[in-house]
Amino acid sequence: MIEVQNLTRKYGNHTAVDSISFKIEDGRIYGFLGPNGAGKSTTMNIITGCLAATSGTVTVNGCDIFEEPVKAKKCIGYLPEIPPLYPDMTPLEYLRFVGRAKGMKKAELNEAIPTVMAKTGISDVANKLIKSLSKGYKQRVGIAQAILGNPHVVILDEPTVGLDPKQIVEIRNLIKELGENHTVILSSHILPEVSEVCDEIIIISNGEIVASDTAENLISHFNPSTVTEVVIKGDADSAANAVAQLDEVKEVEIDDGATDGTAKLVITSGDDIREKLAEVFMNNGILVISMNLSKASLEDIFLEVTSENLHMLTGGAPVQETPAYNVAEDAGNAVDETNDNIVDETNNNSSEEADE
Amino acid sequence: MGAVFKKELRGYFTGFTGYILLAVMLVMMGIYTMIYCLSYQYSAFEFVYGNTVFVLMLFVPILTMRMFAEEKKQGTDRLLYSLPLKMSEIVLGKYFASLVVLGIPCFFTGIYPLILSRFGNVNFRLVYAAMLGFFLLGAALTAVCMFISLLTENQIIAAIISFAVLLLNYFMNNLTNYIPSTLFASTVILVLLVIVVGLIVWAVTKNAVLADIVSIVLLLVLIAIRLIKAELIQGILPKILNKIELFEQYFNIVYGSLDISTIALYLSTIILFCVLSVQVLERRRWA
Repeated sequence: MIEVQNLTRKYGNHTAVDSISFKIEDGRIYGFLGPNGAGKSTTMNIITGCLAATSGTVTVNGCDIFEEPVKAKKCIGYLPEIPPLYPDMTPLEYLRFVGRAKGMKKAELNEAIPTVMAKTGISDVANKLIKSLSKGYKQRVGIAQAILGNPHVVILDEPTVGLDPKQIVEIRNLIKELGENHTVILSSHILPEVSEVCDEIIIISNGEIVASDTAENLISHFNPSTVTEVVIKGDADSAANAVAQLDEVKEVEIDDGATDGTAKLVITSGDDIREKLAEVFMNNGILVISMNLSKASLEDIFLEVTSENLHMLTGGAPVQETPAYNVAEDAGNAVDETNDNIVDETNNNSSEEADE
Repeated sequence: MGAVFKKELRGYFTGFTGYILLAVMLVMMGIYTMIYCLSYQYSAFEFVYGNTVFVLMLFVPILTMRMFAEEKKQGTDRLLYSLPLKMSEIVLGKYFASLVVLGIPCFFTGIYPLILSRFGNVNFRLVYAAMLGFFLLGAALTAVCMFISLLTENQIIAAIISFAVLLLNYFMNNLTNYIPSTLFASTVILVLLVIVVGLIVWAVTKNAVLADIVSIVLLLVLIAIRLIKAELIQGILPKILNKIELFEQYFNIVYGSLDISTIALYLSTIILFCVLSVQVLERRRWA
């Protein structure tokens, strides 16, 4: 388990990571999501002991990374953004070196290295020089190095950058596999990747955590409105009127472009109201052909939660401190507030900018 | 430490660096052996060491230039930091690996006197004292240059700066003659030194108050010495510089005096720069 408390890292006057706190529970895959320069790599470098923090603490399995670095680092396998490889070594030699540095005995190494190589699919290139390997293989050697010795936590900084689509899929599957036996933290600015692979997502922007939850919770909590598309047969206007009677419905649009006598209603509501809609249609004798719930993607949420900080960057109206959002602690009210703030301030900012 | 040591040692001999260094060193020593011992038929092999000591000025910077500069450039320093290694293990692992490369020519040339002794009188104590001195001098220079390699991420720059520093040290004896040794000049130089020390303290700790305190205390000490015992200050800089000249001290050993102070100078240089390297490596994480 990793516990990060009030971690701050400054480079001169620039604050790369601003007093962030979070907990990494065992046996899950965590995704660090954020735009470039958000502080993902800095945070990871601090957790792994590659960088010192300006203030704050990081404990790995109860060991403080600054006080007992050797003990803490034993629990961590780290793949930095640029795989730290020695070009004049073969993967086999390289893994031997890393294994020995991790304090593994010869017998352990003889057993662990083939396993790790098979897992990462680098057995074929075990005796080639690393400098002659392709980018994908280099990345795998980097991952092999990180998982050698079965560390508790595996931290991967942008593990799929620069790989071709096939390799990306392979690496993602590898990460999912790793997640079965290890705690994995990976960073990325690619949204589908994070939502596909990770159990829990930490969105970080301008050195602050702006949201942290599972992908589903993020989507359901951050999306203030649900859109239901209903295709019906018959009179679209009366159907729309009937639907509009429901309290939950905010907006109904009619899209009757189809020529086969059907019409599409696009209904915006607060929650998922498909059951109530079905009841209304049934009571009014309207034939329903299909009903679809379309959810906001993670991308929308990402843009929404990071856009506030963007306004700060572009010199918009000063915004109050981002309310850190954590469903685990206080669900419900806090969430709504967060959303309201974001929406309101975004509107304010844009209108003010327009005035100028 | 073992892992880093093995990796480094392997690193010297997977490329050409190690082989070329050894070849050059052995060829130079071979040439001097030819000229002194075979052509002129001297059996005083210690002078071969004494005369080839300048080769260390090239040997050591090339030996140490990759040490840390290359790690930083390749991004492998991140790996070393994230592995469960102490900073001292990293520094000493690398340092000992380079000492092995330095020790190989010493070992081979150590055989020559044995061969020569079949044809003339070799003073083994003198020869092996010179060999030990040669190795220790090399080790001290390696420690200095390792530290320089830590300060840059470009091997070439590391090598050039190392070479310049060693050259300066080699000619220190001649250069110190040009440093004025009057009381006034010495005082001015010491005041300037105090300011430099203050600035270094400030640069390292970013603590202006501490830097001020250190400078003021040093200045007060300086004034006190100047008032009480002015002769201590007179010509102090050339004296100190002559004392820390590593090459000059080596010739004492060649001429037959294995001075404990020389050995102490070499050992303390080694320890000082190893400790400094560990500190810089530790501080790197703040950059």
